[in-house]
Amino acid sequence: MAEKNSDFEPNIVAFLCNWCSYAGADLAGTSRIQYPPNVRVIRVMCSGRVNPLFVMNALQQGADGVLISGCHPGDCHYMQGNYYARRRFMLMRNFLEYLGVEPERVRMSWVSASEGAKWKEVIEEVVNGVKSVGPMNKFQRRQLNW
Amino acid sequence: MNGKPKIGVYVCHCGTNIAGVVNVEEVVQFASTLPDVVVARNYSYMCSDPGQALITDDIEKFGLNRVVVASCSPRMHEPTFRKTLLSGGLNPYFLEMANIREQCSWVHEDPIAATEKAKRIVEAAVVKARRLEALDVKEVDVEPACLIIGAGIAGIQAALDIADAGFKVYLVEKSPTVGGHMAQLDKTFPTLDCSACILTPKMVDVANHPNIELMTYSQVEEISGYIGNFEVKVRKKSRFVDMDKCTGCGACAEVCRMAGRIPNEFDEGIGMRGAIYLPFPQAVPAKYTIDKENCLFLSKGKCGESPKCKEACQADAINFDLQDEIVEFKVGTIIVATGYDVFDARKKPEYAYGVYDNVLTALEFERLVNASGPTGGKIVMLERGKKKKKKEGEEAEAPRVPKSITFIQCVGSRDKSVGNEYCSRVCCMYTAKLAHLAKDKIPDCEVTIFYMDVRAFGKGFEEFYDRVRREGVRYIRGNPSEIFRRGDKLVVKAEDTLTATPLEHETDMVVLSVGLVPRSDNREIIDLLKLSQSSDLFYLEAHPKLRPVDTASDGIFLAGVCQGPKDIPDAVAQAKGAASAAMIPMASGKVKVEAQTSVVNEATCRGCGFCVAVCPYTAIELVEVNRNGWPVKVARVNEALCKGCGACAAACLSGSIQQRSFKDIQILPQIQALGVK
Repeated sequence: MAEKNSDFEPNIVAFLCNWCSYAGADLAGTSRIQYPPNVRVIRVMCSGRVNPLFVMNALQQGADGVLISGCHPGDCHYMQGNYYARRRFMLMRNFLEYLGVEPERVRMSWVSASEGAKWKEVIEEVVNGVKSVGPMNKFQRRQLNW
Repeated sequence: MNGKPKIGVYVCHCGTNIAGVVNVEEVVQFASTLPDVVVARNYSYMCSDPGQALITDDIEKFGLNRVVVASCSPRMHEPTFRKTLLSGGLNPYFLEMANIREQCSWVHEDPIAATEKAKRIVEAAVVKARRLEALDVKEVDVEPACLIIGAGIAGIQAALDIADAGFKVYLVEKSPTVGGHMAQLDKTFPTLDCSACILTPKMVDVANHPNIELMTYSQVEEISGYIGNFEVKVRKKSRFVDMDKCTGCGACAEVCRMAGRIPNEFDEGIGMRGAIYLPFPQAVPAKYTIDKENCLFLSKGKCGESPKCKEACQADAINFDLQDEIVEFKVGTIIVATGYDVFDARKKPEYAYGVYDNVLTALEFERLVNASGPTGGKIVMLERGKKKKKKEGEEAEAPRVPKSITFIQCVGSRDKSVGNEYCSRVCCMYTAKLAHLAKDKIPDCEVTIFYMDVRAFGKGFEEFYDRVRREGVRYIRGNPSEIFRRGDKLVVKAEDTLTATPLEHETDMVVLSVGLVPRSDNREIIDLLKLSQSSDLFYLEAHPKLRPVDTASDGIFLAGVCQGPKDIPDAVAQAKGAASAAMIPMASGKVKVEAQTSVVNEATCRGCGFCVAVCPYTAIELVEVNRNGWPVKVARVNEALCKGCGACAAACLSGSIQQRSFKDIQILPQIQALGVK
């Protein structure tokens, strides 16, 4: 990894479900738990809403990594959305690996509404993971005019 | 009025909560350069009246049709600002919030990095706002009935309040009687009210109230639907006793071949019962129940020549062929009041609970001092598990009365080694109460309490603690390390931490003040209702301060200890709160339903049915439509059933089904904005 250097600050897009992980990230804030600012959040109602297209798109648009986080298995507000997310994630990870994208770039986690401290750990893990593989430059960047 | 976007961006200082870290002016400056932004401002508190007035004034002045508020989490103030838009004449779904407090200023210290992140968050909100659409807010009728799960004091109080207000209540209780843990108690702290005297009338009331349908020995099996329209399925377990015929005379229990051989759960196993039993004399309903695991006839198929209970029952109420009954009904709201378990003292092996007969839990001791308990309220030394062999004509030896009783507080509370960091909030005071009762019943008994801290925080608590000390109860500060036997005495090994003296304290009886823990069967309710748990594993309220009785799911409320340890007055207060919260939608008769539902583009839908397969609410079906003269199948969404999870939108291969407010076309620009370095 030629690009690997200590100054590299990755840019990570995270998709969080409204009920567990987004609330957990809010709790980290309420508890004033400090963590690296590299992760930028998109709120969806359920991790089951996360279309694999979003992940590909994020990597294409400049993100160095993607995080998907939902409720713990069995706790989904919509009963089974997190299971759908997990299955899609497993397939997508194989596909990304096939394309030559390092598995460290795309992560999935379960963070509940009461796990502010775990949210910090997840962020640190994801940021360190992406730092270890350097900037994402496998896909061509293109600016789309939405 | 989807028209060309004219966006107003409002960046909140939140005092110094945001402005202390994020350079608010810089964010405003940046926002004003973003496409379609007509006006960008900052203000000290956007949620205040003047803050909201800024928005409504600008809607009028600049003809704004989209609003971005960069402030706290949408989970906090999205409803507030949606109302602001509505009062300014805009559709409330033209709002997008940028969370620059909980997920930015509060979690980052570096002002430069935090300001950069805030800009990205605001940009993502602006590009999404450009694509927002007006949504219809629909209302549905609310079934004027409430399901209450659990009939302890919290469930009972909530049921009575709601029923008195004129709504139907279905009160479902797992055990054969209502009353819960409070029915096991003798006196209540700090007033020493007799627990049964204040509880029993309420137990009778719930059984007799015309608006309450009481289902004991029953379990909720299925719940579907949403606020206003929940469909509930309850299994009424067979008691093998005809509830209409049973007179509660008790002739059956006397003759049961298992009588006195099964530990009675209500007496914490200190007292014994038969296979047909009433948990305690004041049980409601006062009907007998056959426990089929222990009944010889039901478990082995043979009970002597014939079951004696059946012969003894003059009302002919016993029927071994009775089956479980499934009942189904509709409710508008649900209150969960499932209570707690006491901490399993075996998890602290150093206290030798289960090893020595006279190491008791506080709840067992409660049954010992209770006048309706197995010893008639006499505090005596226990001989557990020993069958008394009584020879013909020989009088049973009178049980020994303890000369000294020692309590140990915080067993299973404030103890990381067993995973319970929290304080159970009742143990200090119930220990003081039990110590008082012990002194009251055995005046020359030496009563000692080992404690970590005494937390006497409630009304009348400190006064009661003082009184108990004046009565001669000795408090020793220290957490005992071991209990062992020396001769016929138990020895509590501890250190008096106030004098730093190691000590060995000899005593006849040890009472462990066990804490309150989440019920072991909590998982059943979580699976039924999709409740969240807090880190202590009690059920999680929607907001720790402002929504203490609500859950994240509309129409489902919490009451009592299932939400966290509390004493009786707090449980009753929360039950009354949950009751009034549940009555709001029932009284108004209407609730707003999810507007962020899914929608199908029938022109591009190929009718594959992937969305139908993933929908957890069976809200999507395939219907036949005419496309240019050809009959084709397309997906169609039943908006009353759709809960807006978006699973279908992720499953659709052609992007033909989309979730309103979370459409691909709304999320993809966000991704692009956030992806920028």
